[in-house]
Amino acid sequence: MSMEGKQSFQTSLDFNQNIFKPSSREEIVEIVKNCYKKNTPLEINGLKSKNKIGRNFQSEKTLDLSDYKGIIDYKPEELYIKVKAGTPLKEIIDELDKNNQQLAFEPNDFGYLFSGESNSGSIGGVVSCNFAGSRRFKVGSVRDHILGFQGINGKGETIKSGGTVVKNVTGYDLSKLVSGSFGTLTILTELSIKVLPKPETSKTLVVKNPHLKKAIDYLGKALSSSTDPSGGVFYPDYFGKDFILNDLTHDGGLTALRIEGPTNSVDQRLERLSKELSLLDQEISILDNEQSNIFWNRTKNLEVFRNLKSNLLRIVLPISETLQVIQKLKNYEIKYFIDWGGGLIWTSLDQLNLKILNEIREIIKKHQGYITLIKIEEDLKASADIFTIDPIKYKISEKIKRSFDPKRIFNPGKMYTGI
Amino acid sequence: MSSLQMPKVDKVIMSKKDKIASDLREIINKKNVLSNSDELRPFETDGLTAYRQMPLLVVMPETVDEVSQILKYCNENKVKVVPRGAGTGLSGGSMPLEDCVLMAMGKFNKIIEVDYENRCVVTQPCVTNLAITHAVQDKGFYYAPDPSSQIACSIGGNVAENSGGVHSLKYGATTNNLLGIEVVLMDGTITKFGGKTMDAEGYDFLGLMTGSEGLLGVITEVTVKILKSPEVVKAALVGFPSIEDAGNCVAEIIAEGCIPAGMEIMDKALTKATNDYSKAGYPTDAEAMMIVEFDGTEHEVEAYIQKTKSIAEKNNSSSLKISKSNEERLKFWAGRKAAFPACGVLAPDYMCMDGSIPRGKLAEVLNEISRLSKKYNLPVANAFHAGDGNLHPLIMFDANDKESLRKCEEFGADILKYCVKVGGALTGEHGVGIEKRELMCEAFNDKDIQQQLTIKVALDPNSLLNPGKVYPILRKCAEEGRVHVHGGKTKFPDIPRF
Repeated sequence: MSMEGKQSFQTSLDFNQNIFKPSSREEIVEIVKNCYKKNTPLEINGLKSKNKIGRNFQSEKTLDLSDYKGIIDYKPEELYIKVKAGTPLKEIIDELDKNNQQLAFEPNDFGYLFSGESNSGSIGGVVSCNFAGSRRFKVGSVRDHILGFQGINGKGETIKSGGTVVKNVTGYDLSKLVSGSFGTLTILTELSIKVLPKPETSKTLVVKNPHLKKAIDYLGKALSSSTDPSGGVFYPDYFGKDFILNDLTHDGGLTALRIEGPTNSVDQRLERLSKELSLLDQEISILDNEQSNIFWNRTKNLEVFRNLKSNLLRIVLPISETLQVIQKLKNYEIKYFIDWGGGLIWTSLDQLNLKILNEIREIIKKHQGYITLIKIEEDLKASADIFTIDPIKYKISEKIKRSFDPKRIFNPGKMYTGI
Repeated sequence: MSSLQMPKVDKVIMSKKDKIASDLREIINKKNVLSNSDELRPFETDGLTAYRQMPLLVVMPETVDEVSQILKYCNENKVKVVPRGAGTGLSGGSMPLEDCVLMAMGKFNKIIEVDYENRCVVTQPCVTNLAITHAVQDKGFYYAPDPSSQIACSIGGNVAENSGGVHSLKYGATTNNLLGIEVVLMDGTITKFGGKTMDAEGYDFLGLMTGSEGLLGVITEVTVKILKSPEVVKAALVGFPSIEDAGNCVAEIIAEGCIPAGMEIMDKALTKATNDYSKAGYPTDAEAMMIVEFDGTEHEVEAYIQKTKSIAEKNNSSSLKISKSNEERLKFWAGRKAAFPACGVLAPDYMCMDGSIPRGKLAEVLNEISRLSKKYNLPVANAFHAGDGNLHPLIMFDANDKESLRKCEEFGADILKYCVKVGGALTGEHGVGIEKRELMCEAFNDKDIQQQLTIKVALDPNSLLNPGKVYPILRKCAEEGRVHVHGGKTKFPDIPRF
């Protein structure tokens, strides 16, 4: 063990410290048992890439899991990797890379948004937030790739669910429940995650197109075609210049569709897709493997919102509603781009106050979607709901919270008041 | 069959049968409350026919409000409720209790909406799995999860059990293809989890409810995503001189980055049995036989098939046939799909197990099963969803011989315990139900189980909804866990099981 490790081991068990930095599960258990006994609320952090997302809340102590890291078991042929929750996502991705495998859900890197540079966070944070990237409509969300977990509940008991095999219906699927729970139910300690082979080739069809309506039409047709795309985005005019690449000199609005698989099949499907969308040669650019990867990385990293000074909303909608919602949102000072083939709108707003927020919330609700406030000015954060919930689901959430964390010591109030 | 301990019968409830029936007749249409034993008889068991129990009453609600009012009434009067879809489940999840109201959802049998723009279908829960595909196939779409009983099983039951199928390696199980559900909780609360969006915000109750085996709520509406049908589907039939070679071939196909739509292995015993039964043209001299299927565009499928061919040859394949037509492809599958009836010919009874194992442990687990087969002196044939590690050993025995039955039960439990030991799971797709309940402590410790029970109590404080299922009652690892078939007759002999 390194000197650093030794020091953190000692400080973590000193309960007068405000920040615990455990490197073993036993230490985490001890910390939680102590907090449970003393009713001490804990803020739970990994690499803090997303800790600005969520409500502000009062916590006496912080549990920093960044030293609780490491790959426990990686079986490429069994398509899973088992890691400690504080492991940096980057370390996992680099390891998978060696075997030409990947996390197919390509989680967002919020580092660019909050700090101007990459910080893809820890795997525990990725699972706790459940924000999946552009392949969402094809491969599912983060939660769809969690085969099992081990965690510590609010009483300091070690619990587990699932395992390392894909087919498993033994007991309640708690892996789903803890995904997207923002650290309010358990402290994740170990995660078993499904990994998949990287596609042989990934290419992107870019349609030089500034029009929203046309873009939605392209995305809808592409997702319903047998060409099986794995990404579909629309960037309006003002973001076009962010995507100037060797094969893409156009700097206006664009619709991009990614096709992946064996090389000859990708070429065949690209040609077919272009035909199905009745596109002319001069309207399109094809990004080869490398440039395609750059393009989708920028999308995953929300790079068009790098160092954003204003507010960022994440709006999830049924695809059929996207056009109407954006048209309504244009009444406000927004900049947006569309991901998930139409199902997700990332929207920045220069001007935001409670009145505008409520108006937008109403619009989204009317169109059967929901809105998460990813980045919001501090003075507004205290009064605005970051997540949306109806009274019935609030009541159920309260019961579920209590079943894991009876004294409400894990990230209390991070998602909702009282939970 | 050994008797099964169920939750203590509430004598007070039993004595109030007439009153409860008349109260329920106030809530829903009188004819939808069944109380005579002749009317109740069809509901006494599900696909796990070894266990039978007549319910106190059967109700057949027609609307979500009726479901809500019935549950509210039962909750207030402490009456147990067992939900039931099509009743095809293989783990006894909808087996009635003596003092329960069985809620048969059969009248929820309509597709509500087909929405191509959002690529989803909104349906009532007792529509069959296959009916969803039938509703959208003329536009070239389908619903991906394909449990073998898809002709008869209900989509609500699929959600309750998180059903898989042959294609779940590539397309996932029910949970990965579900967008939303409407649920009624035991206190009568009606709510929706998810909808037509790709993810829902907040705690993932949709994920929690899926596979909860009817213990947390009654599903009254389901929204599933539909996919565009693949253009080309091709299969290869490969024989191997040893199980090890077949296992290595599977591992290498996956490692090479090919994700087949389906990948099945049968051992020599089952290959011979199914080939004799269905004349599928299998290589009966091979120690193991693999069917591997790819779907996608023409070039994609061709590329994967060629890759599979070279990997198979490298792993000593003794024979290899590639389907030249859709008819030939279906013929490859015909034998595999007849695995159950084929075993029915070989022995008076067989028990189908449902364990999950890491793909790489196939040879080890099959060797262990073969050792156990000798130890218990009972023949066994093995089918394996090799792609996703789901093993279905079929143990042959004679239920009329008590000793044979006892040995079969022990044999089955030993197999499942071994699956867990090598890093697998007790059940891959059939669910725990009553069947594998007492084996739960093989997979989970007391704290794990306690956490799950706390969730149950949070949503159903009186434990009235489907009690006695999934979680151990005896708190000891009894030797139970299989599908029992007598004289080759399953409850629904016409439904394929694989």
